[in-house]
Amino acid sequence: MKNNGNGKKVLNFLGNNSVPILFILICIVCIPVSGFSPSYLINEIVTRMGRNIFLILCLLIPIMAGMGLNFGMTLGAMAAELALILVSDWQIWGIPGVVLAMILSIPFSILLGALCGKILNMAKGREMITSYIISFFMNGVYQLIVLYMMGPIIPIKHTTVKLPRGYGIRNSVDLFHMRQCLDNLMAVRIGGVKVPVLTFLLIGLLCLFIIWFRKTKLGQDMRAVGQDMDVARDAGINVERTRIISIVMSTVLAGFGMVIYLQNMGNIATYSSHSQIGMFCIAALLVGGASVDKASIGNVFLGVILFHTMFIVAPKAGAIITGDSMIGEYFRVFVSYAVITIALIMYETKKRKARSRAGQQLQLAQQEEEAAANE
Amino acid sequence: MSNENAPLLEMRNIKKDFFGNVVLSDINLTLQKGEVLGLCGENGAGKSTLMKILFGMDVIRETGGYEGDILINGEKVSFETPFDALKAGIGMVHQEFSLIPGFTATENILLNREPKKKNVISEIFGERLDTLDYNEMTGRAEAAIEKMGFSIDKDMVISNMPVGHKQFTEIARELSKEQLKLLILDEPTAVLTEREAEALLESIRSMSAKGIAVIFITHRLHEILSVCDKVVVMRDGFVVSDVPAAKTTVSEISKWMVGRSVSSGTSRDIRDMSDGRTAMSIRKLWVDMPGETVRNVDLDVKEGEILGIGGLAGQGKLGIPNGIMGLYEAGGTVEFEGKNIPLNSPRKCLDASIAFVSEDRRGVGLLLDESLEWNVAFPAMQVQNKYLKKYLGGLISWRDEKAIREVTEKYIDELAIKCTGSKQKAKELSGGNQQKVCLAKAFALEPKFLFVSEPTRGIDVGAKALVLEALKRFNRESGVTVVMISSELEELRQICDRIAIVSGGKIAGILPADRPSEDFGMLMVSMVK
Repeated sequence: MKNNGNGKKVLNFLGNNSVPILFILICIVCIPVSGFSPSYLINEIVTRMGRNIFLILCLLIPIMAGMGLNFGMTLGAMAAELALILVSDWQIWGIPGVVLAMILSIPFSILLGALCGKILNMAKGREMITSYIISFFMNGVYQLIVLYMMGPIIPIKHTTVKLPRGYGIRNSVDLFHMRQCLDNLMAVRIGGVKVPVLTFLLIGLLCLFIIWFRKTKLGQDMRAVGQDMDVARDAGINVERTRIISIVMSTVLAGFGMVIYLQNMGNIATYSSHSQIGMFCIAALLVGGASVDKASIGNVFLGVILFHTMFIVAPKAGAIITGDSMIGEYFRVFVSYAVITIALIMYETKKRKARSRAGQQLQLAQQEEEAAANE
Repeated sequence: MSNENAPLLEMRNIKKDFFGNVVLSDINLTLQKGEVLGLCGENGAGKSTLMKILFGMDVIRETGGYEGDILINGEKVSFETPFDALKAGIGMVHQEFSLIPGFTATENILLNREPKKKNVISEIFGERLDTLDYNEMTGRAEAAIEKMGFSIDKDMVISNMPVGHKQFTEIARELSKEQLKLLILDEPTAVLTEREAEALLESIRSMSAKGIAVIFITHRLHEILSVCDKVVVMRDGFVVSDVPAAKTTVSEISKWMVGRSVSSGTSRDIRDMSDGRTAMSIRKLWVDMPGETVRNVDLDVKEGEILGIGGLAGQGKLGIPNGIMGLYEAGGTVEFEGKNIPLNSPRKCLDASIAFVSEDRRGVGLLLDESLEWNVAFPAMQVQNKYLKKYLGGLISWRDEKAIREVTEKYIDELAIKCTGSKQKAKELSGGNQQKVCLAKAFALEPKFLFVSEPTRGIDVGAKALVLEALKRFNRESGVTVVMISSELEELRQICDRIAIVSGGKIAGILPADRPSEDFGMLMVSMVK
């Protein structure tokens, strides 16, 4: 009997964590095939952790408020790009440039976040798809600003930033003088692995903030709203406002995260940097074992490590196995969408299972009652 | 100026109508400090509406407010929102749980009233960033649980709690409000086990000893007698009796609850069909319909009869048709005309010529944005391929618009549906007429067996009579077996041959419809859980 219980526990554990387990298996198979040296691999992973974790952490707040996997962060990414374009035109480089870009992104993020929050309040229960579409729409607005308004309306001086025709921004804005300035400041080399200490400190601060935030009144309200809007409203919590605040916080933090991301990359792909960032962040979070309504800091770290390990080793492994180097890039996009789809399906089946379990309990109760009556 | 001698609560000449439909007339109530008042009455008697008025619920204001005065400590009050009522010291425990599932009991008890601590960041960004004071929270939750007198685990997460403990968590939440003077408990024992219910009664006594007045709504009449100081019985929007609990009995109360002028029952033509063929036989049915759970139901329905299923709200009468038709998870065996009907599969039921008019007409019953034609013909088209024209040897089938219009117009005539024409949208009709469309839809399927659930809920008296008449005619003319589920005993008695009463999720008894209503009343409360 006891054994049976343990077996069930193991099965439950496997079922609940099937996505991370699947990815661990993929990594275990691909790492030796790819033939990368451990130091190269660790170096790459640490770099990408520094680049991405901040962005992924900002997804946690909307999940806490019950707004699901939210593409609102794409808006924060756009805000950060606008800020960085301006800062690089003003030729403010290095740490001051990074800090200025972060500060400058805040008003853009707040504006976009509040707008997004307002719209999402009209589409309760469909936040994920609605925010996804909003991000497409805002991409259009962003392009309007960057292609046509920057130059004639918003002054842009430098020819390295401006398109040759006189207005609009180039396809790629070079952040050479800003490149990895956060990562290199206070960087430490441990056994050939460069650790960007300052970036990790920032990430640590954000983690502490999130842990602390859960214990604040606002955090408690968000958790309440996330679990049951009607009950929260009956208790006097302003549900709509709380939801908007959660999206705004997420966009502002995503703006910071995007600045960190881009300073690591060293250039802005003006028209595409933000477009897939939401998808990859959400996929990474899901790979870490998060679901639509539950995600932790641990999920973020595990997800980033697994997702990026796979990205580093899978192309090489794929190339070695199939002889085609394109397979890796294909794999990257394919896997992201697949992971998100699987996570959504699992979320639904889990809900359905919970429902049929209630029925089974009822049946059991009836059988027990009958047995008692027969005695 | 509050008057020390005035009663804690006084309701004077309260009247309320929903768009001309009078639900409360001339209600007078007084309640002293520390007094326990038992409020009982059938569903639709007006208990909930009265409590909603007292609690300042939005629905009252949205439907045109109420007449009469509410006085607290001799002072006239008018609550705009439930929050005003809370401030005045009125607490209410609703029938549906209002708890956050992932929070602990403590967090729920102090929901949105958490004690807070200031910090540097909240000084800048405002008090919503104050951190919660967990020690203080624990203390207050403990105090509230202590006050309630029934021990629950304050650190347990709600979703892991047995249902009774959830109920106690809600009560503790009300008790944690220091200004609480009057607590309204709306059927709190419905979900409790025998022992928990006993504990609740004990805790009501101790609240009353501490000076908190309680309004206790329940269908378990012996509870009222054991804990209340006085009993108020409501029926059809009137207070029919207001007596000290010591001076009455269970049978007297149940008589007051259902007993009305029996004149309506004279024109009935009850048929005894006990020798007839069994159309449907239900064995050991369980249905997991939230709030209407059914267990171990055995029931035989005779061919051609009208069987009524009655009972109080939440006792499971709605679970029976919803479970058989596959709308909620169910188990057991159901045989129709000797053949086994698989459960949890609506299509199989429809294929067997069983139709269902749901109580949830806006959600399940109607395509609100579509025309009447569509509403009437849609299920018949989907299930039986009626009203379709076939081309290319059946490869393509098109809607037969003409046949659809004809059948819709036929039912508009027969059921006197008030509309501008068969193309009008369903959502534009009044409740009563929508209900008639639901019936037309079921009639168009030409079923052998029809479940009708709460066919007269929320419609006015005239429409009610028409709907009942239409059902009866349908049964008599087409020989269709009808099972009608209703909370109103009188309407069941008007058209049914036999009435089964569901109580505590089980069939408490089946009686011919011409038995006196007291007998049904006793059955209704017999197994209430």
